[in-house]
Amino acid sequence: MSVPLSHVLIVASLMFAMGLACVVAWRANVIMMLIGIEIMLNAVMLTFVGGSAHWGIADGQLFSLMLMALTSAEVSLALAMVVYLHRRKQTVNTDRFDSMKG
Amino acid sequence: MEATVFYILAAILLIGTLCAITARQAVRAIVYLVVSFFALALMFYLLGAPLIAAFEVIIYAGAIMVLFLFVIMMLELESPEKLPKPRLSDWWPALALVVVVVGALAVLLLSHVRAVPPGFTDIPVRQFAYTLFKQYGVAVEIVSMQLLFALVGALYLGRHK
Repeated sequence: MSVPLSHVLIVASLMFAMGLACVVAWRANVIMMLIGIEIMLNAVMLTFVGGSAHWGIADGQLFSLMLMALTSAEVSLALAMVVYLHRRKQTVNTDRFDSMKG
Repeated sequence: MEATVFYILAAILLIGTLCAITARQAVRAIVYLVVSFFALALMFYLLGAPLIAAFEVIIYAGAIMVLFLFVIMMLELESPEKLPKPRLSDWWPALALVVVVVGALAVLLLSHVRAVPPGFTDIPVRQFAYTLFKQYGVAVEIVSMQLLFALVGALYLGRHK
């Protein structure tokens, strides 16, 4: 393919910026914050795969595989925690979760 | 030809992500995100990573996003009007961060004029698997333990008292 690496990096950084904006703007909603984190992780995966294809080494693809494993672990724990918090307070609004009493 | 496909996919990816982060309801955001992840998977395929493309479709679009959908539908959230929407004042810090990122990117691209020869090399699955299991075999074990711990933690958090 004849696309320069910088264009891949531009797409990845725009996607990362959108995920960051999602986390910051929807900071009252736990689920949308998790979605923003997913978008950012995917932007990082695109960067890894682009670098891997540019230098011809498999390590970048490998790290995106590790990132997928990390994401599946993180999402399963985070969604279990969302269900747990929703069971306690009947909401996903982060402003309601301001106490750390057991 | 491939470059054209790449730019079309990049447009679908960015527009889908933009629709996802501005969606009114979380379910719609998930559906937009699935579309943009399919575009991302095709981009991975174009970049010579067919295995990562397949995993993107299977794990991300097929498992993680469906898990999100299940949890959102299971929670029976109150009517969508009552959930706090980001007001216009909530978007200002986000826009400031986006401007910082895009500005940094522009400075980097304008200062870095050295021409990089375009073109990507495909990485065969054989080389990928060889690197994974010969060089990073310990990491595979650690990932398996991490997934086990996540499973135990999710079971602990989700149990009924």
